[in-house]
Amino acid sequence: MSRMKFWIGSAVALILGVGLPFAPINEYVFYAGYMVLTFVVMATAWNILGGYAGYVNFGPPAFFGIGSYAAVVLFKSLNAPLAVQIAGAALMGGLLGLGVGLLTLRLRGIFFAIATVAIVFIMETLMVNWRYVGGATGLQLLRPPVELYASYTRMLFAVMAAMSVAAVALARYIQTSWLGRGLRALRDSEEAAESAGVPTLKLKLFACAVSGALMGAAGAPMPMYLSFIEPPSTFDLNYTVGSLGGAIIGGVGHWAGPIVGAILLGTLQQVVTVTISSEMNVLVVGVLLVVFVVAAPEGVLGLFKKAFKK
Amino acid sequence: MFSLDLLLEALLFGVLLGCFYAAVSIGLSVSFGLLDVPNVAHPAIMVLGSYCTWLLSARTGLDPLLAGGLLMPAFFLLGVLIYRFYYETFEKRGSEAGVRGLAFFFGLTFIVEVGLILAFGVDQRSVEAGYIGRSFSLGDYRIPMRMGVAFAVALLLTFSLSVYLSKTFTGRAIKAVAQDEPALRLMGANPVRIKQWAFGIATGVSALAGAMLIIVSPVEPAMDRLYIGRTFCVVVLAGLGSMTGTLAAGLILGIVESVVLMQFGASWAPAVAFGLLLIVLGIRPQGLFGR
Repeated sequence: MSRMKFWIGSAVALILGVGLPFAPINEYVFYAGYMVLTFVVMATAWNILGGYAGYVNFGPPAFFGIGSYAAVVLFKSLNAPLAVQIAGAALMGGLLGLGVGLLTLRLRGIFFAIATVAIVFIMETLMVNWRYVGGATGLQLLRPPVELYASYTRMLFAVMAAMSVAAVALARYIQTSWLGRGLRALRDSEEAAESAGVPTLKLKLFACAVSGALMGAAGAPMPMYLSFIEPPSTFDLNYTVGSLGGAIIGGVGHWAGPIVGAILLGTLQQVVTVTISSEMNVLVVGVLLVVFVVAAPEGVLGLFKKAFKK
Repeated sequence: MFSLDLLLEALLFGVLLGCFYAAVSIGLSVSFGLLDVPNVAHPAIMVLGSYCTWLLSARTGLDPLLAGGLLMPAFFLLGVLIYRFYYETFEKRGSEAGVRGLAFFFGLTFIVEVGLILAFGVDQRSVEAGYIGRSFSLGDYRIPMRMGVAFAVALLLTFSLSVYLSKTFTGRAIKAVAQDEPALRLMGANPVRIKQWAFGIATGVSALAGAMLIIVSPVEPAMDRLYIGRTFCVVVLAGLGSMTGTLAAGLILGIVESVVLMQFGASWAPAVAFGLLLIVLGIRPQGLFGR
């Protein structure tokens, strides 16, 4: 029954996400909503590796960024449509995830986390030195004419909404299947899981690749959203706080956590950016992250559970 | 393109730079290397030290190094508070190794960084002193005096911390807590108090490291991000908690970075520390002088 509910909910969310941009609502709503939905995908992707398997990934900007740059390369060289760009970005993100997983096989905890930070800066340096994609100065991009929707931003909102539903469905599938049980087992004790016959190595690589692919896909429409790409803002560690913050504030380990967290956090960020300043929005996320980690380690979901039990 | 003369100059500069890197990493070598605290916020605290040095030296006209030294007790207290808080909320519940401890220090990094941006803006800040902007000659080479000063202080700092840890009673207790905490507990010592003291020292040293940072180059709030790579590279390469190893690892990083800078240009330099860090993590995570 609960599976039925989930699919009905997903279908409603999908119809809303794709249909809403047709409504005569202020353009800014979609402009801001796009960023919130991006963080839904990013936090969901982070949760697959960080929440289910317990590997703390500080490198979401690396996967997000490689997705953005893959999209730009496909667009510039082949004039590829957005769907192809997203597919290419997901592929590159997944490959990078697999590579990171292979490189860090023996690493856990902070060592894994620091290795993922290193990937971010190495990717950024590579892109700074790659002329074809604009190097350090970046690249202006001309959006192709938009079909169906009234504006490009509305179309991107619909695309990101569809991607969010897909990401959440995938995360839920992983969580409820044997994959999720295996990942949880390796989070609690890798040795115990291995000796009980759980293929820990394969599962870890799988989680790295899926998480990376989703983040790559989330990054693909970003250059078109901004009509511009440059390394520093693409590989900004603020994406790390957003993804990790969304998952932790919502509640790690459950597919619904990142949705709740990312929507709360993303909306708050947009409001703070508009009313106060964009620096302040990073501060708000940092403070919320620390407050939740200290006072409500199970996140918003945990708080709800507690409230209902009483 | 390639000449022996240039290489020698790169080597010389690399040695100076390397000692400086060792000095900015030594606090992390204690807090992460010896105490196993995932202190990702170390570079951010150091940049905070740079800003405090800048404030103090601009307001009073004090020499930046002296200002950094005067800030050490305050930073020591800050470190004690941070560790106390970390212990009460994470270590005591046994959740320090997981997602939460890391997320806590990562969040702290951003709070410090954005706090600095809100207070002082994103502009670069620098200090003034007699030795900044001058240079002296060593054989055929001109060496900026600020690098020479940082070099001397770095050596002194590394040496004194290493002596402190191996010769004094508390220093040895800190090493003991790193080696075998339960044994120390059995002998009636309080590991938490020792760790608190050690974390205080590590943070206090960061104030002086921050002063050196702002002497060597102008400082901006987001600078800590690059130094996450440099400091962790040095500490991991050294082997956790080895003081002499920290100096050696700093030298290796300094020399490699300086050679890459000269051969390939400044745009590749940020990747050096992170690349070296990845290589070490992939091949030899226990470092060169692992405990």
